Amino acid sequence: MNVTRGFTGRPRVTDPGLPPGQYDARDEWPVLSAEVTPGLTPADWSFRIDGLVERPHTWDWERARALPASEYEGDIHCVTGWSKFGVRFGGVALDTFLDVARPAAAATHAVAYSHTGYSTNLPLADLTGGRAWIAWEYGGEPLAPEHGGPARLLVPHLYFWKSAKWIAGITLLDHDEPGFWEGNGYHERGNPWEEQRYSGD
Amino acid sequence: MTETVPAPRVPATRFAVPGRIAVSERAASVWQTATLTGIRRETPHAATFRFAVPDWAGHLPGQHLMLRLTAPDGYVAQRHYSIASAPDDSGHLELTLDHVRDGEVSGWFHTTARPGDTIELRGPLSGFFAWPGDRPALLLGAGSGVVPLMSMVRHHRTRGLGVPLRMLVSARSPGELIYAGELGAETTAVFTRSAPAGVPVGRLAAEHVAPLVAERPPGGWEAYVCGSNGFAEHASRLLVEAGQPVERIRIERFG
Ligand SMILES: Cc1cc2nc3c(=O)[nH]c(=O)nc-3n(C[C@H](O)[C@H](O)[C@H](O)COP(=O)(O)OP(=O)(O)OC[C@H]3O[C@@H](n4cnc5c(N)ncnc54)[C@H](O)[C@@H]3O)c2cc1C
Repeated sequence: MNVTRGFTGRPRVTDPGLPPGQYDARDEWPVLSAEVTPGLTPADWSFRIDGLVERPHTWDWERARALPASEYEGDIHCVTGWSKFGVRFGGVALDTFLDVARPAAAATHAVAYSHTGYSTNLPLADLTGGRAWIAWEYGGEPLAPEHGGPARLLVPHLYFWKSAKWIAGITLLDHDEPGFWEGNGYHERGNPWEEQRYSGD
Repeated sequence: MTETVPAPRVPATRFAVPGRIAVSERAASVWQTATLTGIRRETPHAATFRFAVPDWAGHLPGQHLMLRLTAPDGYVAQRHYSIASAPDDSGHLELTLDHVRDGEVSGWFHTTARPGDTIELRGPLSGFFAWPGDRPALLLGAGSGVVPLMSMVRHHRTRGLGVPLRMLVSARSPGELIYAGELGAETTAVFTRSAPAGVPVGRLAAEHVAPLVAERPPGGWEAYVCGSNGFAEHASRLLVEAGQPVERIRIERFG
């Protein structure tokens, strides 16, 4: 341990909900996208699943909104250090979309990409089993553009860069392929509980 | 709605701004000890901290690092900081920190740190905001957002690079303008609260951004925007409105 002379730090909070190295951002919700926030309207928005699936499929806003609603209420964690507790997102479970597209047996990984061209890779197992959503509401209100509105991917059990804003589609693959931040030195999986921030962590 | 033609795997959307350089995994994952060797005041609220980092792997202008302070009981506070100095082989690097009110890490630096102290850091991180000095660079920063941009300006100068480089910086007042004494003809400063006599007070606006974008040097500008999220949204919108292609705009938001 390399103690910093004269550093005591904030009063300690031991919060079992806080992954290592994270702090509670409370009312703040920092924005960290690296690209220009697009002026994307619901009419411009679409979501596609393709790659190793039996039935590639594209949903427009109306058709996506007509699917059975699903909510996530819980915590989110950003790689820059903040976590937010008890947030509420509304949308549709990704399983509902995948049930239509039917992943092939060979599919093991996925690349999620945005209408801006941003992309991020995930093991398919992290996107199924009620652990991922396409979300268009936050706290009961439409998701703000700088937070990914009209709709973003939500994978709350991983660092939030995996939850691609302005989600445009997911392509299923039989191998892992780095996305935008992963190609810029970030971890391929990004599990906050194992503090997988950078490649090699 | 079943489709028969397999669609291309690549999104049919405008492609994201690609990273500029590959990032060393080793450099990014190993914590190194850095020794504070000097402190230089920049403004009433900002100072530059110079460190000896003997094993530094080198960086490109625009990159940042992660820094951590450790308390006697093992408690750790870690934050990201942009690298202010240009790449060189001095075995040193510089960071410029704003003194954030009650800030845990910046507070320690501004009230307690003195030469000889050691801290830990890992990096350089992220190849996305890096500028290797190859393309014409249009830099827009506010407050401490000028820090990674200054690394680019310094690099441009010390290497005598020929590519065009222009910078627009926004500060509250002349006294709050970081690196004021070092800014040259490449820079235009905009003041939001008080300005020197003859200089208007106001926000960064189309009248500042549009003429620079319109210069369109051969190869086109690579635009780098850095500051708070509010500034980043505002400045990037001005760039887009002035005709700068979105895929040639890189944004670093300090949160
Ligand atoms: C890529 C990047 C580059 C940056 N470069 C620079 C730079 O060059 N110069 C510069 O001055 N700053 C820079 N920053 C900002 C810097 O990382 C810190 O946020 C800043 O120094 C404030 O940290 P602090 O510990 O002093 O303040 P704190 O107030 O302790 O933390 C800053 C913010 O983080 C939150 N926070 C952190 N820890 C806690 C906690 N335990 N409890 C509650 N809230 C907490 C708060 O919302 C607070 O507003 C950069 C940020 C990023 C993301």
